[in-house]
Formats: sequence, C-alpha cells, structure tokens
Amino acid sequence: MKKRWYDYLWIFSLAYLILGFFNILFAWLGLLCFFIPLMISIAGGTKGYCNRYCGRGQLFGLLGGRFGLSRKKDIPKWMKSKGFRYGFLIFFFVMFFQMLWITCLVFAGTRELNEVVTLLWTLKLPWDWAYHGTLFHPGVAQFAFGFYSVMLTSTVLGLITMVLFKPRSWCVYCPMGTMTQLICKAKNRTGSVAAKET
Amino acid sequence: MEAKTRTRRSAFVDTDACVACGCCVKVCPLNAIAVFRGVAARVDPKRCVGCGRCAKECPASVIEIREVQA
Repeated sequence: MKKRWYDYLWIFSLAYLILGFFNILFAWLGLLCFFIPLMISIAGGTKGYCNRYCGRGQLFGLLGGRFGLSRKKDIPKWMKSKGFRYGFLIFFFVMFFQMLWITCLVFAGTRELNEVVTLLWTLKLPWDWAYHGTLFHPGVAQFAFGFYSVMLTSTVLGLITMVLFKPRSWCVYCPMGTMTQLICKAKNRTGSVAAKET
Repeated sequence: MEAKTRTRRSAFVDTDACVACGCCVKVCPLNAIAVFRGVAARVDPKRCVGCGRCAKECPASVIEIREVQA
C-alpha cells in the first residue's frame, strides 16, 4: 500500500523521547499529542488522530510488526474490558492532575524543582543532566519533568504489552484513545438525537 | 438433487468491544473496513472477502471471520 506523509509520524515520537533525554524542555511538545486528538474528536467527531496520525501507535506497529518484537498473542479479556479501560483512564487523569498540582506548587514557590523523571508512577529516575537552567520559571521545567514522566511511562507500558500481546495493544487501553472514543460516542449520540427531533 | 449453497467468508466486528483504533483499516487491501464516526469499525460486506488480515491485526481481537451464505 502506498505510504503517505502521516505514515512517518513515528519518527517524531521517537525523536520526542530522545530529545527529552538531552533537554527536558522538549517535553512540552508532547502537549500536541493531547490537544490534537481532543480537537479532532470534539470538532470532527472522529478518532482521526488514532486512525492516522498517532506516531506512538506507528512506532509500536513498526517494532512489533516489522522488527518482530511482539509475540502477536491475543490481549487478555480483562484488559480490553470497559471496566479496565475506563478505570485506567481515571487513574491516568488522577496522576496527571497530581503532576499539575506539583507544577502549581513550584510556580507558587512553595516547592522546589525536582529534577527527576518518575517512571511507572513510582520509580524516581535522576534526570538532572537534561536540565541546564533557563530563562523560564522553574515551574516550566517542573511541568516538563512531569509530562515527560507521563509520556515515558505510557511508552514503557506500551512496549511491555507490545512484546507480550499484539504490537498495538497499547491502543486498546490508551487513555487518549478511550477519551476520544467517549467524546465521539457522546457527540454522535447527541447528533443522532438532534437529527431524530428535526 | 440437492441445491448447493455457496458460502463465502466475511469479517465481523464486535462493535461493542471495538476501540476504534483503525489498525484494521490500514491493512485491508480492499478498503472494506472503516471506522465509523470514531465509535467502532464497520465492514462493507459487499467488498469484504474474509481474508482475515484485519482480524490478525486487531489489537483487541474483536474481529472474527465467519462463513456467510453468498
């Protein structure tokens, strides 16, 4: 099948992870992976981001598919259940807001900048080499450390499930995917109700 | 004489369990599957020949290949 420009977005996902290793402030770019899918689902009512532009999904597809790093086994039933998917979305949200709260405290000056990347919400990895001090407020760097932690954690989880199950198993429980699907469901339900009423 | 019933294969999506990731769309050689309004994948039964590529690719394994009467 003919490759299109968006089939190469995995390069950006890989570059993002590498750049964060050298300068943590690049982590801010990850916000694109949050806002673009949300905008597409809210404005367009589709999962266009997951379907076409998700570089992370492409990266897993490439590593698990072409590079053969996946066992290509079925994902367990509990992992694709609505309970797990919605539960993981809520858990992800809670951890995300906790990260935002810590950022707020640094901005307020009540907490010092912590130059660590937290992997899997528990493992504190020293990451001070990636921060060289900037003209910005330390809160800007704190958000970058927190956001990079979120992105690295989800990549590691995705890689684990890629190896154990099918290459793009992460897509099954990806919080952004679950959230945009919920938005599409809600949007199309209200759309069909409105169409029936007219 | 008994009339022979012709059967063919086609993909079926468990739409309730589908996560609408679109992995199936990318591998379908006949463009017989599409994600409908970001909710779930839908198969075009006229185009689908039941090759099974989508079922193999689906990360949630919610696509089945079944025999249907032609």
